[in-house]
Amino acid sequence: MNRYTWRTGLLEAVMVLVGLVFAFPVYVLVSIALRKEGDTASPIAPPSHPTLANFGDAWQKAGLGAAIGNSFMVTAGSVVLIVALAAAAAYPLARSTRHWSRWVFAVFMLGLLLPFQLALIPLYQTMRDLGLLGNPLALIIFYTGLQLPFSIFMYTGFLRSLDPGYEEAALMDGCGPVRAFVRVVFPLMRPITGTVVILNVIFVWNDFLTPLLYLSGSGRQTIPVALFGFVGQYVSQWPMVFAGLIIGILPVLAAYFLMQKRIIQGFAGGLKG
Amino acid sequence: MATVATSSFQKHRDGPPDKPPAPHTGKRRLSRQRAPWWFVLPALAFFAFVVLVPSAQGGWWAFTDWDGISPVKHFVGLDQFRTLWHDQAARDAVGTTLLAALSITIVQNAIGLLLALGVNAHLKSRNILRVLFFAPAVITPVVTAYLWKYLYAPEGAINALLKTVGLGFLRQDWLGDPDVALWSVVAVVVWQFAGYSMVIFLAGLQSIPQEIYEAAAVDGAGPVRRFWSVIRPMLAPAITINLMLSIIGGLKLFDQVWVMTQGGPGGATDTLSTVIYKQAFQFNKYGYSIAMGLVLTLFVIVVSGLQYGYLSRQEKKNS
Repeated sequence: MNRYTWRTGLLEAVMVLVGLVFAFPVYVLVSIALRKEGDTASPIAPPSHPTLANFGDAWQKAGLGAAIGNSFMVTAGSVVLIVALAAAAAYPLARSTRHWSRWVFAVFMLGLLLPFQLALIPLYQTMRDLGLLGNPLALIIFYTGLQLPFSIFMYTGFLRSLDPGYEEAALMDGCGPVRAFVRVVFPLMRPITGTVVILNVIFVWNDFLTPLLYLSGSGRQTIPVALFGFVGQYVSQWPMVFAGLIIGILPVLAAYFLMQKRIIQGFAGGLKG
Repeated sequence: MATVATSSFQKHRDGPPDKPPAPHTGKRRLSRQRAPWWFVLPALAFFAFVVLVPSAQGGWWAFTDWDGISPVKHFVGLDQFRTLWHDQAARDAVGTTLLAALSITIVQNAIGLLLALGVNAHLKSRNILRVLFFAPAVITPVVTAYLWKYLYAPEGAINALLKTVGLGFLRQDWLGDPDVALWSVVAVVVWQFAGYSMVIFLAGLQSIPQEIYEAAAVDGAGPVRRFWSVIRPMLAPAITINLMLSIIGGLKLFDQVWVMTQGGPGGATDTLSTVIYKQAFQFNKYGYSIAMGLVLTLFVIVVSGLQYGYLSRQEKKNS
């Protein structure tokens, strides 16, 4: 059954061809970014005199350094808060059998159904009244609230299948419940924490509409919005624009290629519930 | 995300997740009492501030004439919805959204499933292919949208490629032609997320024991029969997850449209999300915009509810 037959070979050839079709846009992205400005060769021709100059230009003109810094700050802040709050909330939600716990869990799960377009405008007003518009803190608060239901769902599912014996041993030894959680339960949840971190990092890093609204005009943009403005400004200078786009996705792409197995597992497994 | 909701409902339906402890497990009860209830409070506070309260506000503001600036909101009953009903542009946006969500769901999952079946075979390149197919899903949608905007340009790479391979007659103004633009946007979403569907299908495929395939093959079932009678029922959970994810993602479609066409040409690619954004932040019609948000919410809840009900019945039938 597992022999490499001519059928497998044929399938392999077809799949590689499909792979090339999938990769074609990325090939264009890279080949244009390596071109000299004003190169009028066909868009699918490889660069005749490859140059890295576009990357320097894009870095300066798009202010990508600052934007990457902002994106890092917003992503790190949100994900740390999400993990801490979701893991803590999941602990009583998974362990308690009381009515309230089931209700609270149901309320959180309601959050998975409500499209955030409904809350978008009222929340925008509230943030404006609080003077948080233009402040990356607004984004951190937003992502934390938005991503908690899904993260709590993952943690609760994991905890329910985790033997309570470990934390009980700690409690019997006179450990307080907070310490038992921090020292025993949380470290045991490491696999699911990895998944929660991966999914949230990618979501927060890539999100566009929220920073477009909450940070617009503040000069403190995240990567997607900085790229949006940059392309709008230099729309005809494709080689430089593409170099900018590549810089913008490089951090996530590098992380992806370094940890592809873990990341793919996170996406596939985390959603099985 | 939708998935998650799905499976959580499932847990509630299939029986309470937390059965009462058996009497002899006194230790278990200890941990149940000792998990401090106030641990949920910080999470609940953030969730209420960001989602619950603004959603409730939104639900209320949809029935007012608020313009986003004046401090007063007049209750206007169903006026906004009446306007919405007669607003041809809004109705078109609803149609476009449903059409886009439906076609994304079908095509993305069909391709994702084929990719998963291909990559699941014993190919030498299967690891590289898996990484390659999934890669677009981690790239910022704004970036892929710009890339494709360039590819779609009249003198762009796709038309050049078509000419090179002798299919010049297929050349189009991919984003400029109102009849083609929506499909061009759909294709970008499919290209970006087919690998995501693939990964979920693949996880489902890999959970099917090898013996089952072999038994079916020994019994003389051909590949199609094997797929339909053996693989498909066992993939049911993955199918549910994928369909829910893609339909809800499709209903909320914004980034790709906003970057590539801003809803144009002539509103041909306007979705509910882009219209909501325009009404609120370009025309200051906040009440109207939120009314549309409420319509979108109802669509998401009804469509995912129907879909979930249907799929879980299928799952039950199969098991």
